[in-house]
Amino acid sequence: MSEQNQFVREVAEKKYEFGFTTDVQTEIIDKGLNEDVIRTISAKKGEPEWLLEFRLEAYRYWLTQEQPTWGHLTLPEIDYQAISYYADPTKKSADGEKKELDPELVKTFDKLGIPLEERLALSGMAVDAVMDSVSVKTTFKEKLAEKNIIFCSISEAVKEYPDLVRQYLGSVVPYRDNYFAALNSAVFSDGSFVYIPQGTRCPMELSTYFRINARNTGQFERTLIICDEGSYVSYLEGCTAPMRDENQLHAAIVEIVVMDNAEVKYSTVQNWYPGDENGKGGVLNLVTKRGHLRGVNSKLSWTQVETGSAITWKYPSCILQGDNSQAEFYSVAVTNNHQVADTGTKMIHIGKNTRSTIISKGISAGKSQNSYRGLVKVGTKADGARNYSSCDSLLLGSECGAHTFPYMDIHNNTATVEHEATTSKINEDQLFYCNQRGISTEEAVGLIVNGYAKDVINKLPMEFAVEAQKLLSVSLEGTVG
Amino acid sequence: MKSEQQYIELYGEVSNLIKQKSCDIMNNVRDAAFASFEKVGFPSKKVERYKYTDVDAYFAPNYGVSLNTLEVKPSKYIFRLAESPIDLSAYYNTIADNNDGITALNTAIAHDALVIYVPRNTRAEDPIQVDNWLRGNTSTMVNRRVLVILEQGAEATIIMNDHAEDKQRFLTTQVMEIFCKDNSHLDIYEIEETTPLCSRFSNVYINVERDCTVKHNSITLYNGQTRNLCDVVLKGENSEVTLNGCAIAGGSQRIDNNTLIDHRVPNCTSNELYKYVVDDKSVGAFAGKILVEKDAQKTVSHETNSNLCASADARMFTQPMLEIYADDVKCAHGSTVGVMDETALFYMRQRGVPEEEARMLLKNAFMGQVIDQIQLQPLRDKLFVKVEKRFRGELEKCDDCRLCK
Repeated sequence: MSEQNQFVREVAEKKYEFGFTTDVQTEIIDKGLNEDVIRTISAKKGEPEWLLEFRLEAYRYWLTQEQPTWGHLTLPEIDYQAISYYADPTKKSADGEKKELDPELVKTFDKLGIPLEERLALSGMAVDAVMDSVSVKTTFKEKLAEKNIIFCSISEAVKEYPDLVRQYLGSVVPYRDNYFAALNSAVFSDGSFVYIPQGTRCPMELSTYFRINARNTGQFERTLIICDEGSYVSYLEGCTAPMRDENQLHAAIVEIVVMDNAEVKYSTVQNWYPGDENGKGGVLNLVTKRGHLRGVNSKLSWTQVETGSAITWKYPSCILQGDNSQAEFYSVAVTNNHQVADTGTKMIHIGKNTRSTIISKGISAGKSQNSYRGLVKVGTKADGARNYSSCDSLLLGSECGAHTFPYMDIHNNTATVEHEATTSKINEDQLFYCNQRGISTEEAVGLIVNGYAKDVINKLPMEFAVEAQKLLSVSLEGTVG
Repeated sequence: MKSEQQYIELYGEVSNLIKQKSCDIMNNVRDAAFASFEKVGFPSKKVERYKYTDVDAYFAPNYGVSLNTLEVKPSKYIFRLAESPIDLSAYYNTIADNNDGITALNTAIAHDALVIYVPRNTRAEDPIQVDNWLRGNTSTMVNRRVLVILEQGAEATIIMNDHAEDKQRFLTTQVMEIFCKDNSHLDIYEIEETTPLCSRFSNVYINVERDCTVKHNSITLYNGQTRNLCDVVLKGENSEVTLNGCAIAGGSQRIDNNTLIDHRVPNCTSNELYKYVVDDKSVGAFAGKILVEKDAQKTVSHETNSNLCASADARMFTQPMLEIYADDVKCAHGSTVGVMDETALFYMRQRGVPEEEARMLLKNAFMGQVIDQIQLQPLRDKLFVKVEKRFRGELEKCDDCRLCK
C-alpha cells in the first residue's frame, strides 16, 4: 500500500507536460468585446465587407442570448469583457507583411513535437500550426496544391477563395445555433480551411495544431472542411495550452461538408491544460463541431480522445442527409482531478438507409465528473435508419462521477435503434489475475484501461494512436490506491 | 392567458370551501403548496422532466372541480385521511415534491386523501384493490391523493385500477406518497384503462427503508394522454426496487413515463423494465434516471427500455439515464427502438399464420416479458387476455358498449 501511495504522490506532483509558455512578442488587442473590436479583428485580417457583416450580425444575435446552463457542469463566471479577442504572435514588418517565422515559435512547436520544417516532419502529414489567433505556418501547401487540394488557414482562404468560403461558412453551424457558436462567429480568428476536389484522395494526413500561448486571451478558431464528390481526407487536430491560474476560453467551430461518395475522417486528441490538482485554472473547451453528410453514400467519422481541459462541453455531430450515408463517433474521454466533461454526439438521420455508430468510453478518476450525452434522432423520412450506441463508463476512485444521458427521438417505424450503457469499476478478477502473474496494480490498471479504450484508439491514425495511448497512461497515473 | 391562471382564480374562489370540507393535516400545508404552485406554474417543455408533454395544453380547458366526497367504507387497511384513527401528519405531504407544479396543485386542491395503512408485522392476506371510476355528465377534473404506509415488517399487494365510464373529458391529477418502513414488502399495480378523452397526471413518490422489497408496476392499456412520474428514494440498505412498465398506445394517444431511482445508501438493487408498443399516430416517451449517490457503494442496477414502433406515424422518445457518483457499482442500461422481426414474421407466415395474426402474436410476446413479471397470478392471467384484446382493438370497441360492464 505504501508503495502505491508513494507512486500516487509522485504522479500527483507531476506537472502538465505542455504547460510552458513561449516568450514571443505578441500583438494583443485591448480586452473587451464590442462592435469596434470586431471591426478591428476584421480589419487586421483584411476581410471583405460581407464577412464583417456576418460577424456583426452574429455579435448582435449573441447579445440577445444568455449563456446556457443545461449541461451537467457549472461554468465559472466568464467575463467576456476581460478577454482579449485577438493575439498575434507573428512578427510583422512596418508594411504589415509577415516576415520570417520567429525562431521562438519554431522552437515551441518543435517542443510540442510538431516540426514546422517540412524536411523534419513526419512523412505523410501536413500541418497547419495555429498559435493564439493566428496561423503560424502551413506545411506542404505546395505539394497539396499539385492535386488541387486547398489546405490553408481560414484567413488566407477568405482572401484567396472567397466564393468557396462564402458558400459554406455558417452553412453547417449557423451563428444562431447556440450561444458559443454566435460568439465564435462574431470573433473567430484563425483555423484551417480544407477543400478536397472531386475524386481526389488526399495523399497525406492533414493536421492542425492549436496552441494557446498569450495570457488573458481566448482562442476562437474556425475550421471548415469541404470534401467534394468521391474524395477522401483524414484530418487530425491536436491542442495544448500553458498552465495558468485563470481559466482560458476556447470556443471553436468546426464545420464539415461531405458530398456524394466522399469520406472524411476527423480525429482529435484534445490535451488542453486541465487545471491543477485543486481545480484551479484550465481551459474551458466549449466547441461546436458538426458534419453535414449532404451526398449519397457519404461517410464521416469522428474520433476523439479527450484528456485535457478543465471543462469540456461539446457534441461533435452528424447530419445524415444523403441516402445511405454513414456516420461514426468514437470517443474516449478521460477526466481526472477536478475536470468536468459533458460530451457526446448527435446523430440526426434524415436520409434513407442511413447508419450511425456511437462508441463512447468514459473514464473518470479523482474528483472529476464525466458525462455522456447523446441524441439519436430519426426523422420521418429516414426509412431503414440504423443506429447502434454503446457507452461505457469506468470509475476509478470513489469521489468521481460517471453519467449517461442518451436521448432517442424516433419518428420512423422502420428505424432500428439500440443503445446500451454500463458503468462499473475495474473488474477485481482481472486485477487479481494480473497481480497473480506479477503485474503490479498500477500497470494492470493501465493495461485494462488501454484494452478498454482500444475500440476507439484503434480508429485513430497511427501517429495519433501512439500519442493517445501515452496520454491515457499519463492522465490516469496515480489513480490507483 | 396561461392555463394556470384559471386554477389560481379557482383557488381564490373555493379555497375556503375546500378547507371546510377537508381536515387539518391537509389544510396545514394547503396555502404553502398553493403559493408554490403560483410561483412555479405548470412545468413547460423546457423543464427537462416534462420535455415530452405539453402540460399547459392539457390543463387549459375549463374543467369543473367536484368537491363531493365519496363514502369510503373504512375497512381494515383503508380509510379516508379525514377520518384517520391515527395521526398521519408525519407522513402527509412529506415526500411529495411541491416544486413540481402538478403536485403543488394537487396538494392545494385535494380535499381528502385515501389512506392505505398496513400496521406493524401485518400481512394483508388479500390484495387491496382500489377501483377509480371516472363518471360524470360534464367534463370534470379529479384530484386524487393517496397515502400508502407499510409499517415495519408489513406486507401488502395493492391494485389501483383507473376506469372511465362516460363519454366526457376527464382530467386526473394523482399524487401518491408511499412509505415502506424497514423490512416491509409492497407490490403495487397501477392499471389504466380509460378512454381517449381522459388525461392523467400521476406523481408517485416512494420512500424505501431498510430490507424492503418494492415493486411498482405501471400498466397503461387504453388512455388518452397519460403522464406518470415515479420517484423512488432508497434510504435503507439491502432493499430492492423493481419498476415495471407496460404501455400500449394507438390512435392519437400519448404515454409519457418518467422515473427516478435515487440510491442514497449502499447495497441496494434496482431493476427497471419498461416496454412500449406505439401504433397509429401515438406518441410514447420514456425517461428513466438511475441516480447513485456518493455513498451508495455496491449498488446493482439494471434498466431496460424496449420499444416497438408499429406504424410510420408513431413517435417514440426515450432517455435512459445513469448518474453515478460512487465507484463500486454495477449499473447498466439498455434501450432499443425497432421494428418487428421480419424473419419471425416470415417464419410464421410460411407456416400458414396470417400476417395480421403473426404481427399480433409478436406484439403480444413482446409485452409478455413485462406481464410475466407480475406475481399475482389471477391478475397476470387477466392482463394477458387484456393485452391481447387491446392488440385486437377490442378495448376500443368496449368504448361504446356496456354489455359486459
